[in-house]
Amino acid sequence: MEKELKRLKKMAVQVRRDIIEATSHGAGGGIHVAPALSAADAVTALYFKIMNVDPEDPYKNDRDRFILSKGHAYAVLYSALAEKGYFPREELLTMRAINSRLQGHPSYKKAPGVDMTSGSLGNGPAVGLGIAMAMKKQGIKHRKVYVMTGDGECQEGLIWETAMAAPRFGADNLVVIVDHNHYQSCGALDDIMPLYPLDEKWKAFGWHVMEMNGHDMADIVSKLSIAKEFSGKPVLIISHTVKGKGISFMEHNNAWHNGRCSEEQYQIAMKELDGQEQAIEEGRM
Amino acid sequence: MRQFEVEKKTTRDAFGAAVYELAKEDPAILGIGADTTSNLGMKQMAADMPDRVINMGIAEQNMMAVAAGLAASGYRVFGGSFAPFVAMRALEQFRTFIAYPHLNVVMAGGMGGLSAANEGVTHQCPEDISIMRSISGNVVVYPADTASTKAVVRALGKHEGPAYVRLGKFAFRKVFDEDYKFEIGKANLLQDGKDVTLIACGAVIYRALQAADMLTEEGISARVLDMSCIKPLDEDAVIKAASETGCIVTVEDSTILGALGGAVAEVLAEKMPAPMCRVGIRDTFTESGDLDGLMDKYGIGVKDIVEAAKCVIRRK
Repeated sequence: MEKELKRLKKMAVQVRRDIIEATSHGAGGGIHVAPALSAADAVTALYFKIMNVDPEDPYKNDRDRFILSKGHAYAVLYSALAEKGYFPREELLTMRAINSRLQGHPSYKKAPGVDMTSGSLGNGPAVGLGIAMAMKKQGIKHRKVYVMTGDGECQEGLIWETAMAAPRFGADNLVVIVDHNHYQSCGALDDIMPLYPLDEKWKAFGWHVMEMNGHDMADIVSKLSIAKEFSGKPVLIISHTVKGKGISFMEHNNAWHNGRCSEEQYQIAMKELDGQEQAIEEGRM
Repeated sequence: MRQFEVEKKTTRDAFGAAVYELAKEDPAILGIGADTTSNLGMKQMAADMPDRVINMGIAEQNMMAVAAGLAASGYRVFGGSFAPFVAMRALEQFRTFIAYPHLNVVMAGGMGGLSAANEGVTHQCPEDISIMRSISGNVVVYPADTASTKAVVRALGKHEGPAYVRLGKFAFRKVFDEDYKFEIGKANLLQDGKDVTLIACGAVIYRALQAADMLTEEGISARVLDMSCIKPLDEDAVIKAASETGCIVTVEDSTILGALGGAVAEVLAEKMPAPMCRVGIRDTFTESGDLDGLMDKYGIGVKDIVEAAKCVIRRK
């Protein structure tokens, strides 16, 4: 397991490298970098440990699904898909640029591996519920629909329509992960529209609620593995994260909600990521 | 003047019944509603095939997005709610998650146009056609009666991509019989004429035919086109009508802003300029009342159509 965790941690570093590369040298302008970085560890765990998907057959019906409902974190999804082999890593530099398959927010089937259009906030869990219901009807067992929302996104009314409906339809194959990085576009979530108690709200609607440290790979793998096997209720995981995680000058700094790195910032960020990889290699991280 | 009987059933009943018939043949078909499956005529289907009809409760956005998820998994979904809640409240879910990925979802707007009648403005939706035809790749249909609704549902059951169907609350007049032919993107010539063409859709087609009869009495020969498929519009039929009869009147119980009248005007302006008049609801909210009374009061009376026809003929 230690070896496996080391592999996943290093992959998360690589996904972050891809995100920073696109943020610095991409043809498509600014990237929503900090919301991608907060989600990087959980998304890496999903694609490289938890989900059963096949880049050679991206749309086979019998597969796990992932919907990045916080679609503005597209850079983490595209990077994970590229690393998984859905398309060449070089293509990441085209994200958001004209003629690219990597649209400004994920578009169903446009880039191979994108399981559903997303980015208009609040919709991912509902679309995911539809897919989960379809799986049940089609007798597809042992597969799940994983949806990642933002925390600010839970301010949308549709989130709670789906929260009410999923237990009613027995959708225990639906796993919603809330990337709780405490910030939204205009500032701190707590200042704008607090959500607490978030766990109690979901529990009251009939979900099995877990919490995890969204940057501790062992905890992530543990909680997602429980979610993968869980039956009887839909699962909600509050993933405690740091916006901009992994790059010192971006962490907790909402100015990096959407941005572009200068060459100097790029060098600093890449050096930090190299340091993290070294620390993982040496068992210090 | 021809008279048309009010049907015993509504186009909503016909919609659900036709979906049920299709569902018996095609296991990929599902029905879905937002506490509206009974209102959309799916009660029998829900009773006989409980796992094929999904009631999402009073939550239209969730219903729409769930339909998208079902369709993205291979199902062919027929659903809906009342027109304002389909075409407005859940419009973004329809546009972004159904139309943009070009999924096989047919959404019906019951109480479309003025047909919510005595329910009042909150439940009427003269705007639905204008709104839904602005969505890329969306098919927009407004059938006139139960027989044509059945034909429309059958055609949409084979169609790849999204569609919106406007349905009525109360029973419409019977215009067509069981051999009604519907093809997406095609108008039906109901009667030929040479002085003016009346282009109508849905519940007011019978009024266009009655207006044509009144015009005949005055020696005016009117062509009448059934343009129940508003999008894609049968542009050839519009151009031919403008070319051969020289002027056009559109008739609908929609806003004149961007619905059938707007669609026809776009074609004429770009391809075959001709005098035209849009008979429909002017830039105003209406009120509660019976459907016939509302149509008469808000400018969609048979006399209004006749006057419009004479006006465009004078402008030739």
